[in-house]
Amino acid sequence: MTEKIVLVNEDGIRTDGRKLSELRPIKLEVGILSNADGSAYIEQGKNKILAAVYGPREVHPRHMALPDRALLRCRYHMAPFSVEERKSPAPSRREVELSKVIREAFEPAIFLEKFPRTSIDLFIEVLQADGGTRCAGVTVASLALADAGIPMKDLIVACAAGKAGGHLVLDLNDIEDKEGEADIPVAYMPSFNAVSLLQMDGLLTIEEFQQAINLALEGCKQIYALQKEALKAKYQAIKESTEVTEEE
Amino acid sequence: MTSVMVSRIRRQQIAQLIADGKRLDGRGLKDYRSIQIESGIIGKAEGSARVRLGKTEVMVGVKIDVGEPFSDRPNEGVLTTNAEFVPLASPEFEAGPPGEESMELARVVDRGIRESKAIELEKLCIIPGKKVFVIFVDVYVLNHDGNLIDASTLASIVALMNTKIFKYEIKDGEIEKKPGFSPLPLRDIPISVTLASINGILVVDPWLDEEEVMDARLTIAFSKDGRICAIQKGGSGTLSPQQIIEAANIAKEKSEEIREIVVKS
Repeated sequence: MTEKIVLVNEDGIRTDGRKLSELRPIKLEVGILSNADGSAYIEQGKNKILAAVYGPREVHPRHMALPDRALLRCRYHMAPFSVEERKSPAPSRREVELSKVIREAFEPAIFLEKFPRTSIDLFIEVLQADGGTRCAGVTVASLALADAGIPMKDLIVACAAGKAGGHLVLDLNDIEDKEGEADIPVAYMPSFNAVSLLQMDGLLTIEEFQQAINLALEGCKQIYALQKEALKAKYQAIKESTEVTEEE
Repeated sequence: MTSVMVSRIRRQQIAQLIADGKRLDGRGLKDYRSIQIESGIIGKAEGSARVRLGKTEVMVGVKIDVGEPFSDRPNEGVLTTNAEFVPLASPEFEAGPPGEESMELARVVDRGIRESKAIELEKLCIIPGKKVFVIFVDVYVLNHDGNLIDASTLASIVALMNTKIFKYEIKDGEIEKKPGFSPLPLRDIPISVTLASINGILVVDPWLDEEEVMDARLTIAFSKDGRICAIQKGGSGTLSPQQIIEAANIAKEKSEEIREIVVKS
C-alpha cells in the first residue's frame, strides 16, 4: 500500500494550505446561460459546476403532472471528463441517489403549490469535481432557481464538514473526502434554522458529529452571504449598464 | 411518488395521536416494532436471512464470486449491494429497472456495511491486483410496511454473519476449489435506526402510513463501538439541528438494543 498522506500537519494546516475551519475560495456567477430560465455557475476550490433551471413549464410526459403543485425534477450529473478516470456519461447509482436527495433538499424551500400542473426542472452539471460537489451543486442550483424567479422561502445553501487527519475540518476537498475519516454534507435554510439535506459516511462519535454539524452550519452561513452578493451583483450589473445608455 | 394514498382524515389522526405521545398501531413514540430474524434459509446462497419488522418483510441473499479488484484497492475484496422492490411486495411496486428509491435503499445499506468496515475486505484478496472475492448482497423486499432501510440493513448483516466462503488453493495462478468452507471474516455489526419527524415530533421505526405523513426521515447507523457510521436524511421536509442531535441519541440507544437481538439470533 502507498504511504499514508498527511492531511493535516502539526500547525493545523491542510493539504491545500487552509486552516481547519476555512472554506475554499468560492466564485459565484448568476445568469450565464441564455436559453435557461435561470442559471448560475460556481467555482469552489477546483470544483466547477453549472446549474440551470427550466420552468415552471408544461410537464412532459403529461401524466406526471400533479394537480395541486409543481413537479420538481432534479438531475445531478457529472461530465465524463470531470474526474481523473473517465466517467461513463450514463447516470450512475450515485448520481441517481444524489439527484433524489438534492431534489428533497429543495422541495421544502420552493412554493411548489403556486404552480400546479407544471414542472420545474433543475439541472446540475459537474464540469470538474474536487470533492463536495453535491454541496456546491446545491449552492449553485439555489442561485439558478432564484435567477429563474421561482419563489422560495429561503435560499438553500450547502456545505460539508467532516474529519480528516484526526481533525474536524470544514469543506472537504477531494483527498480529504477520499482519505479522511468522515464526510457530512449538509444543506440548510439559514432563515429557518432548518436542515434539508443530511448524509454522512465514515466513523464519528456522537460528540464529534455534533461539533461537525455546527461547523458545517457555520460554513453554510458564510456561503449564504456570498450567494446573496452574487444575486445582487447580477442586478447591479444590469443597473449600471442601463445608466450608461441613459447618459448616451 | 410511490405513495399509497393515506386519506386526509387519517393523516390528521396520525399526527394528532403523535402530538399526544401515542401511535395508531399502539406503540410509544420510541418503540421499535417486533423483530423476527431467520438466517440461512436459502441453501443455494452462500449466506441468507429473512427479517420481519412488524409486517415489513425483507429477504437478503449473499452470493460470492471471484472477480477483479478496483484499481485503487488492489488488495481488497469487493462489496456490491443491490436492492429489488419486488412487485409482489406492494401495490405501488412495478416490475422494471430499479427506481431511485431502490437505488437509495441499496446505497444506504451499503454505506452502513462499508463505512463500519464490517467485512474484512483485505482478507478477501486472492491474487493481489488480479483476483479477489466479490460479495454480492441482494436485498429482496417481500412486503413493504415501512422502514425498509432498517429491515434491509438488519437482514443484510445477518445474512453476512452466516455467509461461508469456499476454501481454495492457487495452482499455476489458477484458483482451485478445495472441500470445506470458512466463514466470511466480519469485524463489526452495523445497525441502522430510522426515525421520522411528524409535525416536528420524532418517532422511531415509522411504518408505512407514518412514512406517508412524515415531513422527513433520518436514518443513522452505528458500529459496534457506538460510533456513527452512516447517515441519510430522506423526505421532502426539514429537521432542526437540535432534532438531529436528539435523533442521534435515541438511535444510539435503540441500535444497542437491536444489536443484542442480532447477536442472540
